[in-house]
Amino acid sequence: MNELKAKPIYLDYQATTPTDPRVVDAMLPYFTEKFGNPHSRNHSYGWEAEDAVEVARDQVAKIIGASSKEIIFTSGATESNNLALKGVMKFYGKKKPHLITVVTEHKCVLDSARHLEQEGYKVTYLGVKENGLIDLDQLKAAITDETAIVSVMGVNNEIGVIQPIKAIGEICRERGVFFHTDCAQAVGKIPLDVDDMKIDLMSISAHKLYGPKGVGALYVRRRPRVRVIAQITGGGQERGMRSGTLPTPLLVGFGKACEIAQNEMAEENARLTELRDYTLKRFRDRLDDVFLNGDEEQRVSGNLNISFAYVEGESLQMGIKNIAVSSGSACTSASLEPSYVLRALGVDEELAHTSLRIGIGRFTTKEELDEAIDAISTEVERLREMSPLWEMAQEGIDIKSIEWAEH
Amino acid sequence: MAYSEKLIDHYENPRNVGSMDKNETSVGTGLVGAPACGDVMKLQIKVTPEGIIEDAKFKTFGCGSAIASSSLITEWVKGKSLDEAGSIKNSQIAAELALPPVKIHCSILAEDAIKAAISDYKTKNGQGEVEAAE
Repeated sequence: MNELKAKPIYLDYQATTPTDPRVVDAMLPYFTEKFGNPHSRNHSYGWEAEDAVEVARDQVAKIIGASSKEIIFTSGATESNNLALKGVMKFYGKKKPHLITVVTEHKCVLDSARHLEQEGYKVTYLGVKENGLIDLDQLKAAITDETAIVSVMGVNNEIGVIQPIKAIGEICRERGVFFHTDCAQAVGKIPLDVDDMKIDLMSISAHKLYGPKGVGALYVRRRPRVRVIAQITGGGQERGMRSGTLPTPLLVGFGKACEIAQNEMAEENARLTELRDYTLKRFRDRLDDVFLNGDEEQRVSGNLNISFAYVEGESLQMGIKNIAVSSGSACTSASLEPSYVLRALGVDEELAHTSLRIGIGRFTTKEELDEAIDAISTEVERLREMSPLWEMAQEGIDIKSIEWAEH
Repeated sequence: MAYSEKLIDHYENPRNVGSMDKNETSVGTGLVGAPACGDVMKLQIKVTPEGIIEDAKFKTFGCGSAIASSSLITEWVKGKSLDEAGSIKNSQIAAELALPPVKIHCSILAEDAIKAAISDYKTKNGQGEVEAAE
């Protein structure tokens, strides 16, 4: 395991993305000669840094159709989600102690909700349909006079499905409820406009869109105004919503990454959609019992989440060491539970154990995908030959008819 | 996860993969685990009239540790008497493959599988005393 061979093919773009070299170039001067504290008001070092921060703020605002005054910089989407949910509930929660979210949200949203529950707030967790999307009627029915905020992610990190954000925004606005959306996986991947989609708060992460790690933002609407209670207090930076010295180089990178993503989105999406569909087709042509998890249409171009039935995900990953992908299998997690997202879709537990997330992005080539498809398919075939479940399926035995001793 | 060389060797070059005719009286079959839990092992033994395991085969759906545990146990039981094979402990498998703590259940499954195969063989051959095994 320790010998270093050629670098594995990276197909895990939902986990993180490499920082674009153009982004790195933009950042570098802000580590060395332009190192000032953007909050220093007394000299040119500070002014120079502050100018750079404000350019970045504009770039981030622009990609979601917001005003730069509505962008609060944070350390990343996890912090943004914490600030959005806890910040809103703590401000409005006395009168409106109810929050609505979805079972397939990212752990940081679900965990924030759980903490709020422990403090006495009420939380409704909406389920999802088989395709991973929420049922809008269920959402409408869940909203009460006590609901302060609805939080639904734009794009799911595991299965890549795109929620009907605009429709959700309209429902929320009509009912006088704030709409927060975790768009860590959406910004730069799909067109977003906070006014058109009636979004009140949005979480953004830089490292998912070819920017640096350790920085993100929370969009907080000014008209009508949304108030949040700061979760990190101190010098009162970011209009008092998030204290702490702003990391100028990271912000410059974040802004540049947004600018590039916005300029190249249409072209990039067309290329990735073609690669994604090609990959899925090649798997389906070569292998039987290949299932796509999550809606096939309402899906970002960079995500494939596939179950290769009868082959356990971790053993598959062990056989494709030269390919960096993610698995929904239990065995890759400390908890030994299969992916809660796949379970929420109603994917059979055994299929959840067989899933692989293939994430493609800006630097993925067709050659890399061809190599990955061949390697994965060969390994699936080898492991199926070794799988008692595959053998039973070939003999026509329904594995559901067997009484398994769950352990 | 970082695995031992022995484990990786068994995963990459599994010994005794295959199936035997489960209807044959000299063959005992153990099928343990559950698909929903992410691992299923099928272990088969072929036993001589003298009660010696002359061959063993397995098929496993599961993680690398589960595949390696079942591969290893098929190697170990060959040439052993039923009693000797039935006394193999999961801890021996776990130690041999240096299984990480979260993978200990894979070795338990392998122990269950051999016990189930022995029990199946004994039942078929009228040796009654069905022991352990799920």
